Amino acid sequence: MIQNLLDGILTGAVISLGAIGLTMVMHMLRFANFAYAELLAIGAYAALVFDRVLAALAPALATAFKPLTVSASLALATLLAMAITGASAVVVDWLVFRRIRAKADALSMVFASFGVALIIRNAITLAFGHNAQLFSQDIAFATVLSTDPLILVKADQVFVLVAALALMAAFHIVLTRTSFGFALRAVAENPTLAQVAGVRLSTMIVAVWLIGGGLSAAAGVFYTLTNHLSPALGSNFLLPVFAATIVGGIGSVYGAVLGGFLVGVASGLSLAVLPSGYVPAMPFLIILAVLLLRPHGLFGEDQA
Amino acid sequence: MIGVISYLVFFATMAGILAIVVLGLNLQWGYTGLFNGGVAAFFGAGAYVTMLLGGRPEPGQFGGFLAPFPVAIVGGILFAGLIAWFFGVLTLRLRHDYLAIATFGVAIALESVARNAEWLTGGAKGLRGFPRPLEATITALGGGDNFLYGLFFLALVLAVLAAVYVGLERLTRSPYGRALRAIREDEAAARSLGKNPVRLRLESFVIGSMIMGAAGGLYVAFYAYVGPQDLAPILTFQVWAMLIVGGAGNNRGAVLGAFLIWAAWTASGFALAALAPQAMQLYTGPIQYILIGSVIVGMLLWRPQGILPEQIRQQGRN
Repeated sequence: MIQNLLDGILTGAVISLGAIGLTMVMHMLRFANFAYAELLAIGAYAALVFDRVLAALAPALATAFKPLTVSASLALATLLAMAITGASAVVVDWLVFRRIRAKADALSMVFASFGVALIIRNAITLAFGHNAQLFSQDIAFATVLSTDPLILVKADQVFVLVAALALMAAFHIVLTRTSFGFALRAVAENPTLAQVAGVRLSTMIVAVWLIGGGLSAAAGVFYTLTNHLSPALGSNFLLPVFAATIVGGIGSVYGAVLGGFLVGVASGLSLAVLPSGYVPAMPFLIILAVLLLRPHGLFGEDQA
Repeated sequence: MIGVISYLVFFATMAGILAIVVLGLNLQWGYTGLFNGGVAAFFGAGAYVTMLLGGRPEPGQFGGFLAPFPVAIVGGILFAGLIAWFFGVLTLRLRHDYLAIATFGVAIALESVARNAEWLTGGAKGLRGFPRPLEATITALGGGDNFLYGLFFLALVLAVLAAVYVGLERLTRSPYGRALRAIREDEAAARSLGKNPVRLRLESFVIGSMIMGAAGGLYVAFYAYVGPQDLAPILTFQVWAMLIVGGAGNNRGAVLGAFLIWAAWTASGFALAALAPQAMQLYTGPIQYILIGSVIVGMLLWRPQGILPEQIRQQGRN
């Protein structure tokens, strides 16, 4: 039970990171982006490639910081992957969503995002194969915290949780302490008024894709570190990140973070009662509960 | 020669079943502007319930009530409608993309039930053994050869397709259809004229989903099998591609799109199986999925109205 709770918190951190960008995109561009979760997969695979390249160029970077399996090359690769993933989110917006935004309604973008997701996911499968992959072949040894009940924690898991919380805290400081953060919140609150006040909307859209892409890439890397990487990563996280945004209320960054942890913990705990095959349906039950009890989420204000 | 013809009959039967699904989606998306992200869920719900009601009993397996086919398929249709009604009531008052997310979730939830609830759905191996309507009689007429039955079943599918087509044409050309288009185009204006957008959307969504459920029932009778892969998301993508290629808001376009995309899908499957090198054979599926995704995105970018665009008739001029 406690083990399930701990695992759920860890998955929750990954979902939260993914949901922050999605909730901003859904609020500002007003469409449910079914291609969003593929950013996690793009980020994780980009980190995998950069990690291999860096380790080959400078073998000294490839030694893991014990007791983690994380090496300097993986840390650098993650930063590069965050940049690349942010950039690819911007490129997809330019190639597809911006052009559809210009001439059709928001639901056409939902539709297009389905197609984009299908293309990205299967292009990844073609490039990297169906098989599951790992960053490092080192065995991550678990520390036994308690034997009855049995609770195991790996150093990597602690690192991932701390790193995810640090990223969220950094984003919180940007939102509340910088003029860029003020502009971002102003656009989220009222795009027209923000533009009157001199905020350039198109710049903010690019910024939101970059931030969302970067955080999603980190989420993808963190998930891979504690589990494994396969082309299904994006589709497996699609419903959880949507559930997190709906629980938190579309447009609320803090709601998305809280929602992510809620979905993660609920899915983790459900493993204690349900067979594991039903876990993919857990986020759906949470969406259902929110729609029944509080349709606009915990902190949501979108009415139409 | 007979081999080619029986393959064409097989192909046309499957395309006809898919065309019925596309017509259901066209009522929802084409005429009412509702985004159904879980087409496979309503198709699969109809298929599974038809199988449970009309299938043969198996030891240790729920269902197999051997209900006559018309009763079984009506059960499937009603069940698909019930799911649609429940989620429609929950989401149609909210942001328009909530319906997309909820229906997408329904598909995932039903797929996991289909994979795991073995007592009900047979789990990963699915359910098989379905007494096909009039099979014994017609096979006997054809002298024991099942070619005649294939023809009969094609005729049955085409008859249902025609009935759905005519029904939807009448519905969408009636004042009711104009009200649906009115709330799609301008909800506030429609409401000011006394139309109830939430109720109209709900009705359109439920009727469209029941049509998908009917197609699922026909599918079960055709294959005498249903399994979790029939609920897989790829069906949703295929059906959406069919509608956007044919032309959303045009029932003839919906049927045309179904046959075109199904032909392209089957042909690309054959071509890849024949031409792709041995090492690539595992990856023909992803190539086909990329093609479907590209068709969707490409059509939205360059010809969003499809091959046969929606025709808005001018009232009072004919």
